[in-house]
Order: sequence, then structure tokens, then C-alpha cells
Amino acid sequence: MFGDYSLGDLGSIFVMQGFAGLILFSVYVLMALGLAIIFGQMGVINMAHGEFMILGAYVTWMTSNLFQTYLPSLFSGYFFLAMILAFVASGALGMLVEWVLIRHLYKRPLDTLLATWGLSLILQQAFRSVFGAREVGVDLPQWMLGSLHVSDSIEVPINGVFVMCLTVLITVGVAYVMYKSRWGRQVRAVVQNRIMAGAVGINTEKVDRYTYGLGCGIAGVAGSAFTMIGSTGPTSGQLYIVDTFLVVVFGGAASLLGTIASAFSISQTQSTLEFFMSGSMAKVLTLLAVVGILMLRPQGLFALKVRK
Amino acid sequence: MTDNRFVNRSELIGILVLAVFLVVVLPLTLDVFRLNLVAKYLTYAFVALGLVICWGYGGILSLGQGVFFGLGGYCMAMFLKLEASSPENTKIQSTPGIPDFMDWNQITSLPYFWQPFHSLTFTIAAIILVPGIFALIIGTAMFKRRVGGTYFAIITQAVAAILTILIVGQQGYTGGINGMTDLRTLKGWDIRPDHAKVLLYFFEVGCLFVCIMIAQFIRHSKLGRILVAMREKEDRVRFSGYSVANFKIFAFCIAAVFAAIGGAMFALQVGFMSPSFVGIVPSIEMVIYTAVGGRLSILGAVYGTLLVNFAKTSLSETFPELWLFGLGGLFIAVVLAFPNGLAGIWGDYVQPRIDRLIPSRKPKPEGWTDSSVADGAPAE
Repeated sequence: MFGDYSLGDLGSIFVMQGFAGLILFSVYVLMALGLAIIFGQMGVINMAHGEFMILGAYVTWMTSNLFQTYLPSLFSGYFFLAMILAFVASGALGMLVEWVLIRHLYKRPLDTLLATWGLSLILQQAFRSVFGAREVGVDLPQWMLGSLHVSDSIEVPINGVFVMCLTVLITVGVAYVMYKSRWGRQVRAVVQNRIMAGAVGINTEKVDRYTYGLGCGIAGVAGSAFTMIGSTGPTSGQLYIVDTFLVVVFGGAASLLGTIASAFSISQTQSTLEFFMSGSMAKVLTLLAVVGILMLRPQGLFALKVRK
Repeated sequence: MTDNRFVNRSELIGILVLAVFLVVVLPLTLDVFRLNLVAKYLTYAFVALGLVICWGYGGILSLGQGVFFGLGGYCMAMFLKLEASSPENTKIQSTPGIPDFMDWNQITSLPYFWQPFHSLTFTIAAIILVPGIFALIIGTAMFKRRVGGTYFAIITQAVAAILTILIVGQQGYTGGINGMTDLRTLKGWDIRPDHAKVLLYFFEVGCLFVCIMIAQFIRHSKLGRILVAMREKEDRVRFSGYSVANFKIFAFCIAAVFAAIGGAMFALQVGFMSPSFVGIVPSIEMVIYTAVGGRLSILGAVYGTLLVNFAKTSLSETFPELWLFGLGGLFIAVVLAFPNGLAGIWGDYVQPRIDRLIPSRKPKPEGWTDSSVADGAPAE
């Protein structure tokens, strides 16, 4: 399969495919971060995660339209406001959902799966009714178009670089919140021992609600970033949900580092394979490898050692 | 629960009522088109029945039942397709005697794994064995390593995704996204006219009752009780010396085989098979049939399947917009308010009234509400 390419070509191919993989990696990480918090920390299977992401994407789209119509002079900076709005919208919806639905189901993790699947169907149809079944795309501001010229055969698109920088920032932010802030300590305490955490005076219900809200909010930001590289339709979220769950499980459910490592390996494998065979076979092989490894090592790449 | 008969009196009545409903009432009151729809729905009832054993009793939620439904369906469809692509029927193709979609994809000879499907005996064996062995492999790999609960659900879902992508991608061997269409005859007997459909319906109902009886038998045997015990407190069963993994594997395999029989019936009854019955979405929908019927009720699975599908057909015919809201709401309502589904409602509200009207020897029949799922979750 390598025979037809010269060494220099192969190098460029790997760099370009590696870069395409990095964009996929960014989307995976952004989606998986929220999911890792919700699934890894709370044990809730949030099948509606993709729809929270799409909500963020639609919020971004609306903001961009708003700026285009009323504030064209500020259009180049709309994205930052859109991201915050996406976070707030998805996070608020997440907290509402936690209050109405999820909090009754903490003892039945398999049932959260069914209930959130139902929620995802409702959200999908709501998107379809409100925004129409057609996919929508966001107009990028001028400075995000074009690409950086690295060498003769290597070019990297600016919006991809931007999404990656964003991913790094958000990841660092989440890691800081989870591991350095007082609130993050409370979340981890509740995860490790709910009863003891309650006994030392942590309001576990409140922590649950904010944790779920944070996870969904990050999904919203992921959706916001997603509009930079692709178009958004009512069912776009569903395409990513299984992959994202695999990323989280493969990484080891309670470990942020594991999530990042697994997102990286899965996305790189897939995009490199994609160059040498059809996209569907690349996907099949990647998923098969992940499932195979999970069968040998069910705890995932990085397992948190907790005494149960 | 000391009697070892595999049906008690109230269950026997329930089975008879269902039999009369399916064999006498529906064929007499519905036209052929509607009866054919019922037949299509009933193929899903096989899957729901398997899920009652696997999920309701064993506590193993599989989100990949579409895989087994699909494997069974594709095995049947491959046989029917080969028969429909006899050299006389396909003489306009560049290579006569192979299925049309292979010809379109520039494949010139029948692939080796298609060869044995010329034989009906092999096909019937494959319908049972292929999904059974596949489930055995997945189950052994997962349960022996004590993977369960949510992880198992996610991995079965991934398997469903993989198989769908594979079928769609390998168009030349599987018919791709369109699936296998234009299935015509079974051993020379045309399956398309109305009278054939009616006959197939009765055959299917017969198979369904065989499966119901097997499920009843499992449920009332010692095996069924071990499954329930395992769901409630897995460690205690393990410490009592039972091999928990083997029981789980068995339950999963039974569910897989039931689903595969349903899939094969689907291919026969509807006349095509496509990857849209394999993936994640149909697999989860199949779980909701069981949940609506009541995850602990064998007969409930059949009623749940029929009810959800009728609602789907009539709602999506008249208000296509509302259907997804309805289905989503149904998921949430069943989980939040009625964890035991229709059977739970029946057992809690209807059955006591009937008992009051007709004094019976047993004050309260057990079985409908033998364990409340609401608090004894099949968790962890």
C-alpha cells in the first residue's frame, strides 16, 4: 500500500492526514470532555449529548446571523460571544434536564440511557421543527478563511488551527476546574464516596446538577467549534455519539488524561487509515480495534484506582 | 414459587387469550394489508421476547439486538436472493446467476461465503447458529472479564454501528444501503401474493408461540431464578458457587437467537432486508418495545411491540412531526413513571379489579409483579 509513493510524499501524506486527524481529535475531545464528566464522574449515560452539542451549534449559527444583520462591523469577533451563549444555553438546558429527569434515575444507570435517548429524539424533532430539516452552515469571519503555508506540499487551514487552539484552552480550563478549584474537589469527592461527601457537608444534589450542567455546557461549546469545520443539521449529533462514548470508555471512564489519549489515538488511526482505504472500512477497522482492546482491557487505557 | 410447572393458571389464560387474539381475532377483522403489517410487527416481538429474558430477567441490557435481527434476516435474505437470481431470471446481466447488486458492482462470480446459502437446510442452521455463535463470542469476551451494565450496553451499541457501516460499505457483497430487495420464492413457492402472506403469518405466529413457551420454561426453571438472583445481587450468586458469566452468556445467546428468528421471519414476510434494521436506532427502538410491554412480562413484550408499532404507523401517517415527540416522550414516561410497562399497569390496576369480580382460588397471581424494577435496579 505504500509502494506507489515516494518517501517525501509519504511524509506529507502523514502530516496532512495527521492534521485532518487533529481536527477530528478536537471534535472528539470537546465532545468527550463533557461526556467524560457526565459519564465518568456521575455514571449517567447521556445519549442526548450529541443534541446538546447541536444546540450549541444552532446558537452559534443564530448569533452569527444576528451579527451579520445588525452588527456587521463586529462580525469578525462574533464567535467568542457565540461560544459563551452556546455554553450558557446548553448548560441551562442540561441543568433543567437534570432537575426534571436525571435526578430520579441515579440508581438506575441503564434507565438513564433510555430516558436520555428519548430526550434526544424530542430535541432532534424540536430542532427540525424550529430550524428546518436542512443543514445550516455558518459564515466564517474573514480572518479564519484561507490556510497557512507550511511547506510546498503541506498546507493547514486556519479554522482547523483555531479549533485546535480552542480545544487546548477548554481542556486546560476543565482540568483546572476539576483538579484545582474548590468546586472540582467537591465533584470528585461526591464521585468517590457520595455518602461521605454528604456527611462532610457537601450539597451532593447541587453538585450533581452543576456537574451535569457543566458537561452539557462543554458539549454546547463543542457544537460551537463544530460549526467552524462543518455544517449542522438536526441529526448531526447522533453521528458522533457512539464514537464519543467509545472514546470515553476506551480512555478509562474517570480519567481526563485517558479521554484525551484515547481521542488522539482513535482519531489519528482513523484519519491515517482513511487515506489508504475507503472511509467506511477505515471506520470499521478503527472501531473493531477499539472494541477488541476493550474486550482485553475493559477498564480502558487509564484506569482510576478506586477502592469500591 | 415452589411448583415446577412452567405455566401457572393465570399465565395459561394469558397465553390462550393472546393465541385467540393473534390466530382468530386479527385475521378475521383486518384486511390483508393490515395483517401483513401485524406480521411485520410480530417479527420485532421475537426480539422483544429475547430482551425480556436477557434484560428483564438477566439484567443485561443489550443495545445491539439489531445485529442479531440483521444477521438472521440477512441469512434468510441471502438464500431467497440466490433463488431469485437463477440464471433464467438474470440473463440480462453481464454475469447471469449472481444477485443483481453484485453484477452492478462488477463482481463476476459468487463469493465463497455465499455458496452454502444455496441450501435451505444450511440457511436454517445458519439463522440459528451464526447469531448464536456471534453472541457466544461477544458474551464470553465480555462476561468472563466481568464487563457488564453500562459498558456492555455501549459496546453492543458499537458492534451495531460497526456492522451497519460494514454492510453499507461492502456494497458488492451485501447490497449496501438498499439491502437485498426483490426476494421472490422459497423453494419455488412464491412468497409475494396475499395468500402466501397469510400463510406465512400463521407460520410466524406458530414460531412466536414456540419461543414464548421456551421463554416460559426458562423463566420457571431454576435457571430463570438464578438469572433473577444474579440481577439483584450478582456477588452473592457468585459466592454461592455459580458461574455468573456462563448464565449471562446463555441469556444473551438465547436473546440473540430469538432476535435472529425474528429477522429471518422479517425477510420472508416483508420480502427485503436492509441495514436500516441493524443499526443503533432500530436496536434501541427494540428495547423500547420491551420496556413498554413490561420488561418482566413475556406476553407483555408481544403487546408492547404491537402497541408501539401501531402507534408509530398511525401517528407517522397522520402527524409525521409528532411521532418523534411521542416516541421520545414514551421513552421518558416508561422509565420514569411505569418501569414495569403495560404489564405493571395491568398487574397494579386491572388485575385486582378482575380478581374482585371473579373470586378465584389464588388471591393474587404472582408473576406480573414478582419484583419491582423501580428500586431493585439491575444496576452495576
